Amino acid sequence: MSLLQVDGLGIEFGGLKAVDNVGFKVEPGEIVSVIGPNGAGKTTLFNMISGIYLPKAGRVTLAGQDVTGMEPHLLARLGLSRTFQNLQIFQHMSVLENVVAGFHLEESGNVLSDLFALPGSRKRARTVRAKAEVLLARVGLERAAGAEAGSLSYGALKRLEIARALALSPKILLLDEPAAGCNAVETEEIDELIAEVAKSGVAILLVEHDMKLVMRISNHIVVLDHGEKIAEGDPETVSRNPDVIAAYLGTAAAQESEHA
Amino acid sequence: MKLGSKHTTLLVLAVIIIVAPFFFPSSYYFRVGSLIFINGLAVTGIVILTGYAGQVSLGHAGFAGIGAYACALAPVYLGVHPGLALIIGALLSGAIAFLVGRPILRLKGYYLGVASLGFGILVAMLLTNEAQITGGPDGIRVADLGIRGLLREMGFRVKGSELWYVLTGICLLIGAWLALNLHDSPTGRALRALHGSEVAARTVGVDVARLKLQAFVISAVFASVSGSLLALQNRFITPEVAGFLHSVEMVTMAVLGGVGSVLGAIFGAAILTTLPQVLTVFAEYEYAVLGLVMMLVMIFLRDGLLPSLAKLIKGREQ
Amino acid sequence: MPELMQFLLSGLTVGAVYALVALGFTIIYNASDVVNFAQGEFVMLGGMITVFAYGAGAPLPLAAAVAILTTVFVGVALNKLAIEPARGAPVVSLIIITIGASILIRGVTQIVFDKQIHRFPAFTGDAPIPFFGATLLPQSLWVVGGALTVFVGLYLFFTKTLTGKAVLATANNRLAAQLVGINTGWVMTLSFGLSAAIGALAGVLVTPITLTSYDVGIGLALKGFAAAMLGGMGNPKGALVGGLLLGVIEAMTAGYLSSQYKDAAAFVVILAVLFAMPQGLFGAKSTERV
Repeated sequence: MSLLQVDGLGIEFGGLKAVDNVGFKVEPGEIVSVIGPNGAGKTTLFNMISGIYLPKAGRVTLAGQDVTGMEPHLLARLGLSRTFQNLQIFQHMSVLENVVAGFHLEESGNVLSDLFALPGSRKRARTVRAKAEVLLARVGLERAAGAEAGSLSYGALKRLEIARALALSPKILLLDEPAAGCNAVETEEIDELIAEVAKSGVAILLVEHDMKLVMRISNHIVVLDHGEKIAEGDPETVSRNPDVIAAYLGTAAAQESEHA
Repeated sequence: MKLGSKHTTLLVLAVIIIVAPFFFPSSYYFRVGSLIFINGLAVTGIVILTGYAGQVSLGHAGFAGIGAYACALAPVYLGVHPGLALIIGALLSGAIAFLVGRPILRLKGYYLGVASLGFGILVAMLLTNEAQITGGPDGIRVADLGIRGLLREMGFRVKGSELWYVLTGICLLIGAWLALNLHDSPTGRALRALHGSEVAARTVGVDVARLKLQAFVISAVFASVSGSLLALQNRFITPEVAGFLHSVEMVTMAVLGGVGSVLGAIFGAAILTTLPQVLTVFAEYEYAVLGLVMMLVMIFLRDGLLPSLAKLIKGREQ
Repeated sequence: MPELMQFLLSGLTVGAVYALVALGFTIIYNASDVVNFAQGEFVMLGGMITVFAYGAGAPLPLAAAVAILTTVFVGVALNKLAIEPARGAPVVSLIIITIGASILIRGVTQIVFDKQIHRFPAFTGDAPIPFFGATLLPQSLWVVGGALTVFVGLYLFFTKTLTGKAVLATANNRLAAQLVGINTGWVMTLSFGLSAAIGALAGVLVTPITLTSYDVGIGLALKGFAAAMLGGMGNPKGALVGGLLLGVIEAMTAGYLSSQYKDAAAFVVILAVLFAMPQGLFGAKSTERV
């Protein structure tokens, strides 16, 4: 039994098939990447798996349990966590508090106890705060802890989102373009971070445009084009697949040589 | 001075409440003061709902109406003490907010605004139309809380206006303390998180529907107690307490002063409570000036008066 | 049955006014995402200015024209001086700005004119017209006819003219509209002007029936707002149907249940619709983008 299993997943927007009959598996500690050209349906796929969109067809199974269309906050309880392509930071909160908020399931308790600041509430908040500081250090943001989240650079916010997602102690982590907009050094840092998280046994499902990063760290790659899965396999196999080269790598390679 | 810090806020509030009376030329000012505190209490509830959780209600006066009429009617029909009636009103408001909030809070932005507005109008209409019970549009008398009499028996003679200044001041401090506790608590953090990004809050495990409902219920109880205090202080209440304009007034006070912080919102309550008293000098220009102030502050000082002032002072220092 | 017909007719008359207010809301909402709580004041201004221009000796059509033009000026000024500078502010701030504008307009009207209740004569007399056993005021025909004319006119404007299409494009995607060269600032001005004109027209049409005073605006704004929500915010067809429906529901409630609770009925229906269909009757279903 795989940790995450996706079968025949599909969704339509206004009659247009955004994702159609996509299926794959993710095992614990494995890094699986979903790649494909812009508009291939990668983020839509993520949104269905993480319960934000309700799929029209297919099934999502998490550790043997059917979780298709389950609310995100319930998925969080089952150990599914994610980041966002367009940053979804908690504005007007400090960097540290963003991560503390990630510990919601661990720290939340009775609302009346919170209102009257009973010792239980304060203790939970304190414990979690220490853990959040550790996580911030892990993504290299410990020095920015007190800053307002909105004031951070794009790359730093990406890492902040990863720290927040890790706060859940997830079994599986969905990362939607964690390296987008980051410079080479930042990309490398994120690369290391992902590998390290996977090594600790967390399954990782990754959407990423940086092909070098994808090829370097993935165990398994799923290729989408126009909402359909056109190929899957290890990086070596996928990069040789003619359909993939036609649909995606060709354009990416061309872009890359332009940038060079 | 950091606006958010809990003890600073409470200290500032307490000092103002204690020191202000030394500058009061007449007992009329005690009355205005307690009005500010009563409005401040309702507005503190709005801070929790709108400032923390980012949800807009245009019907919270409905809960103030429930609180106020609980104090007017419960002593007559149930024979309970007016003080107990305040608690009955708060519980009733909380229960109604729980029932109404469930479906309403699925709506967003303007839709939530109009749904809550509809609720407020229904309450106001009920209070106006069921005249045989509520006294109708002309209002109804409210029983005496009896504290002044109690004090007199114990040998203390206090003026009604001064007594209410102290009572409402204490209530405001308790309300502010609760709201500030909530701000830094796990619940408050989750509320502010869903304000910042609802979708991200859901993915970290925040049950958004449940938390919004909690904020709605808490703010309803604040509004209810505020309505009760108003009724008990005035010994008289009319359905206007539940009207649309009162709802708008609550939200305006909070946002004008700065809905992000308890102190800011209470400052807004102070401004908008005193403004009409000052504006009576302008007699018929009152409305025009009030409207103009609302617009100007929102256009030019978007974060509200107090945060903008604080920023200005900080800017000077640097 | 004549009773039912009578309620239906009076409901449609009032409903036509709600529909006009709702249409005004819709136009501004589409162009700027702002719900303009001062929409009711446009109706009030239309009525009040006509009253005083007519009282000053102007013939009724001229008085009405003066009223509509003045209101358009107010609408455009509201956009230029208050809405544009506050672009990007949170919903709650925008609500307060337009409510502030509504209070300001009311306050100024009360100073410039007075606090009395006014009317001017119906356009074509007050002789009731028999209609399937019920009677109909000639002015009611003006109101309903006016609403339908405005609706058809708007439909043609938005689908047949380049300017109208520019407004729709702006509503759809502001940035994209700017990129293809649409002056979105002008679209905003146009929308506020148009919306104010429609509101003022409603005021001119209905004042002979319902009378007017400086404070009729807020009630109308709430009903029009509710009608727009009922139909589905941002949808002109929804605004028309929502307005007429609301008017009829109110009239039926007043006739058969209780005149005191006629306003309550409107809001109960709206709450019910919003619970069952959070996007209103004709509103588009939106998908959250993340």
